Amino acid sequence: MTVQTQSQPTSRWQKFWKRPTKPYIHPYAGGILLGIVLFAAFFLTGNGLGASGGLNRFVVWVQDAIAPQHVDTTPYLLKMAGGDKDPLDDWIVPLVIGTLVGGFASGWFSGRLKIETNKGPRISKRQRWFFAFAGGAIMGYGARMARGCTSGQALSGGATLSVGSWLFMFAVFAGAYALAYFVRRLWN
Amino acid sequence: MTFPLNLEALFGKPIMFLIFGLIGFAFGFVLESSGFGNSKKLAAQFYFKDMTVLKVMFGAIITAMVLIFMMVGLGVLDYNQIWVNPTYLWSGIVGGLIMGVGFIVGGFCPGTSLVAMASGKIDGLFFVLGGLFGIFLFGETERFFDSWWQTSGYLGRFTLMDWLKVPTGVIVFAIVVMAVLAFFAAEQLEKHFGNRDLTKEPKKRVFGAIALISMAALVILIGMPTTEQKWDKVAAVKEPALANREVQIEPAELYKTLYDNRIKLTLLDVRDEADFNLFHIRGTQHAPLSELPALIPDMVAHSASNKVYVVTSNDEATATQAWKMLTAESVPNVYILGGGINGWIDAFGKDEPTIQKVTFPAPEDQLQYIFPAALGDRYQCSDPNPIENEELEFTPKIKLQMKRDKSGGGCG
Repeated sequence: MTVQTQSQPTSRWQKFWKRPTKPYIHPYAGGILLGIVLFAAFFLTGNGLGASGGLNRFVVWVQDAIAPQHVDTTPYLLKMAGGDKDPLDDWIVPLVIGTLVGGFASGWFSGRLKIETNKGPRISKRQRWFFAFAGGAIMGYGARMARGCTSGQALSGGATLSVGSWLFMFAVFAGAYALAYFVRRLWN
Repeated sequence: MTFPLNLEALFGKPIMFLIFGLIGFAFGFVLESSGFGNSKKLAAQFYFKDMTVLKVMFGAIITAMVLIFMMVGLGVLDYNQIWVNPTYLWSGIVGGLIMGVGFIVGGFCPGTSLVAMASGKIDGLFFVLGGLFGIFLFGETERFFDSWWQTSGYLGRFTLMDWLKVPTGVIVFAIVVMAVLAFFAAEQLEKHFGNRDLTKEPKKRVFGAIALISMAALVILIGMPTTEQKWDKVAAVKEPALANREVQIEPAELYKTLYDNRIKLTLLDVRDEADFNLFHIRGTQHAPLSELPALIPDMVAHSASNKVYVVTSNDEATATQAWKMLTAESVPNVYILGGGINGWIDAFGKDEPTIQKVTFPAPEDQLQYIFPAALGDRYQCSDPNPIENEELEFTPKIKLQMKRDKSGGGCG
């Protein structure tokens, strides 16, 4: 009699972290749930959702710790961390931390916590990491220029009917679709 | 009770941050559950194979939009206290295009990369690191195009209703219908490019679409509250302040506030143009009652705790109407010049030889003075001498208040 011990987690610790993998929820259900979260944010706080603004504050926090004088002489950074102002003292910071914890919790709950790299079949992991970093840098730059990312501008401004946010949203899709063909090797 | 709540005043900062943390938790949980931690799923959107991004995003936008405007229509939620992303046309469009490039190259957007990283995806981690680097780079290069970034195509709090001049409900309804059509088109594209079997899709989604469209139609029926209705709602709280003369500041307080550097004062003269041209206080903005509604979006968008508005008319009647209008629309820190322009001249124009007080009692809300010419703000008492008026006595009434933490919306 052979026992398959390797693939079956035995200890409670392993069982806790290896929950059965569940499929993603249906996109429409996801949309409605996300909409309810977005509504709750506006209804309770008057603010929408966001991500890049929170990351921005972490970056400025580091900059302020290393070179406070530089922060105090750069207008864009001044607003967030000038003088004694604490860049982390803002509602978007707990929001971003919550997002990280929520993503982790959902990954755990649905058995999707896994160290892995998602990539197209025709590129190596290293290439994927390089392009993820490059894309992230482009995205980060664009998001700050647009004063918000997909969550802060498109979702929040879209639901409150801001003209700028709707144009922004079309610009994001236009930019991505325009380039999609040329970078198809990355994904297909 | 009206929403949104003033969380900081109600519960204090730690609880406020906890609430934001919980909202963030729900946000991250839903993003990951929808598959947004997987870059392949996100990128497939742009090859028409899997339109999850479009479905979730527009699904969320229309759901939140319908709920928001239904609550606004019912008078439970105050739209003027909700952060609406200000429109900066060109930086928004250029930034959006750049983001689109980053999206297809990197496979995430900032929010989704966070949940990818949190659920162990190494490409998500690299994207977040890249994002931090890009944000750092923007902070360091913004100075080279600061003027363009700050001003180009700036339209302030500019909504689709302001732009298209259509009732809010109609916009909400049209967007829901367009989103449902987009979902239908997306499913056809998935069938064609991604070989998806649409017969396996849940039938319930049709009912969901019908429910959303019906709710949007209901938003049209309910309509948006008028300024009068909004006033009726707050009247119980605000009328006593008027009756107790808590918001009618003395001319001396207005005069001292003009010289107070801690306060950004905007003086609004709501009289007709003829009276305004005859005489007004220097630095006043002419804003007759009929033009006041057009100024409200800007006042709401740029509210700050040290921003004060004082409305003036000949006595207090028209100014009180303007005060009610602005207060109903949630403009913070609005005051009335007590006694109006007549009171101002009583206080500062006693020695001005060219201005004469009428001897008979003037009708309500009319000027009680006769002016030799329409000199506007070039009378002495339009801008009284600060040395002569160094010492003034008054009961201070201006209290600075801020309704909520408004450090910016989404990604401020």
